Amino acid sequence: MLALIIEKLVLIVIVVMASLVIAMYATYGERKIAAILQDRRGPNRAGPFGILQPLADGLKLFFKEEIIPDFSSKFLFILGPSLAMLTAIMTSAIVPWGDKVHLFNRDISLQIADVNVGILYVFAVVSMGVYGIMIGSWASNNKFSLMGGLRAASQIISYELAMGISIIALLMVTGTLSLKEMVLQQQAGYWNIVYQPVGFLLFLICAFAECNRAPFDLAEAESELIGGYHTEYSSMKLGFYLFSEYINMFISSVIMSTLFFGGYDIPFVNEANYDQNWIALFGVLALMAKVVCFIFFFMWVRWTIPRFRYDQLMNLGWKILIPISLFNMLVTGAIILLKENNWHF
Amino acid sequence: MQALTNRLKQVDRRKMNFLERLYLVAIFKGMLITFSHIFKKRPTINYPEKTRPFSPVFRGLHILNRDEEGRENCTACGLCAVACPAEAITMEAAERQTGEENLYREEKYAAKYEINMLRCIFCGLCEEACPKDAIYLSETFAPADYQRKQFIYKKEELLIPHPIEEPDAYKKALGNRVKKETVN
Repeated sequence: MLALIIEKLVLIVIVVMASLVIAMYATYGERKIAAILQDRRGPNRAGPFGILQPLADGLKLFFKEEIIPDFSSKFLFILGPSLAMLTAIMTSAIVPWGDKVHLFNRDISLQIADVNVGILYVFAVVSMGVYGIMIGSWASNNKFSLMGGLRAASQIISYELAMGISIIALLMVTGTLSLKEMVLQQQAGYWNIVYQPVGFLLFLICAFAECNRAPFDLAEAESELIGGYHTEYSSMKLGFYLFSEYINMFISSVIMSTLFFGGYDIPFVNEANYDQNWIALFGVLALMAKVVCFIFFFMWVRWTIPRFRYDQLMNLGWKILIPISLFNMLVTGAIILLKENNWHF
Repeated sequence: MQALTNRLKQVDRRKMNFLERLYLVAIFKGMLITFSHIFKKRPTINYPEKTRPFSPVFRGLHILNRDEEGRENCTACGLCAVACPAEAITMEAAERQTGEENLYREEKYAAKYEINMLRCIFCGLCEEACPKDAIYLSETFAPADYQRKQFIYKKEELLIPHPIEEPDAYKKALGNRVKKETVN
């Protein structure tokens, strides 16, 4: 029992640290990729190739003056970024990072908790994430912040529908809610992207919206709302908001890799033929490679597409994505039914 | 209405069809464009490590020249100050005493020589006016300081390093500039 607790605690610490470090370096990656896509050089002063830049940025945020406006509600003002950060990290609990590792005469699963309603948990926590933004923007007592918060909330509600329906189609294929089992199925058969290409596309678009990433970053919209929900924030509280965005991006990349791209499955390799520990290690690396590709994709899109106008965003969400996802669900259901009926009408 | 140029393009105001309203095709095209920029050459140079080559007639900060023996060329005639359109140059002349022949080349020298770098427009007329090849514009540029008064360069800042005592610094200050034939 004690061993189990220690094992899980170590895993939790590693996962949280890893997601923080990855989010940190995602900021560096973002700046570098933005620069490369715009024919610039990007940060290259702090350390070789500027790899110490995120440390410098973090340090700068720590040393900035902490301003809490007089007219704000102080408790909620602090709660906002904390909640954003908390929900961002909480999602990582149910992700299967890799297969079992055999260490100290124990089989250690590289997953903090194999919840059998895994994907529902992800949904619950992700939609909680908007509370951080909403509370923070409300507590700022600033019109621009409030506008940002409102936008974030309505955007999340609109896109969560399409996302949920696209996931339902996937669940009909897999027949399970547990992420671990989904990965095992994909290891045995094909990746889910083969069965659900439209579902993946919908999920991807909605993930952009859920992460408040460009082109759906209307909650921040620096050109119209100053800074959106974090207008009044400074110092590390602002850092928390910015950081939670990158953690969200990382986590949603992980979720997408797990749901549609086989998670820690190494393509074209039969896992049973190799040593358990090595295959687990390489599995984690495979997952990370997929995640890095997704993060690059997130950034690539951000530096390509201009921000949507608010009515365009709502039109896309309600009039395009939801009908398509419903249609996708219908078609998937019909095909599953046909298959069970041995392709006879 | 007749078009002014032959590059006129009619704006397409058709309603977008379903495929276009998905934006996916347009987004894909845009992403290909940004992706192609990964392989483009970056025009930025890493400035302090690398500098662009100067033109041979580049006009930077001034230098007060010495001759090969390290004597100051300037004779404080004031022609540079007269020529200066920005009135950035002031000087005070003094007579060379016996025993100072190794310091100043002519019988008269500039005891005080100041250039206000905030006034200077780097036109190089002082260099053209100088009959003794005593002042010329170097390749140094972009001075930075904390106070305005520090931009008034005194003789200490302007004088070129001694060619015999500090030959390396002298050579560096001389730069690669093509200079006029020395007129004595």
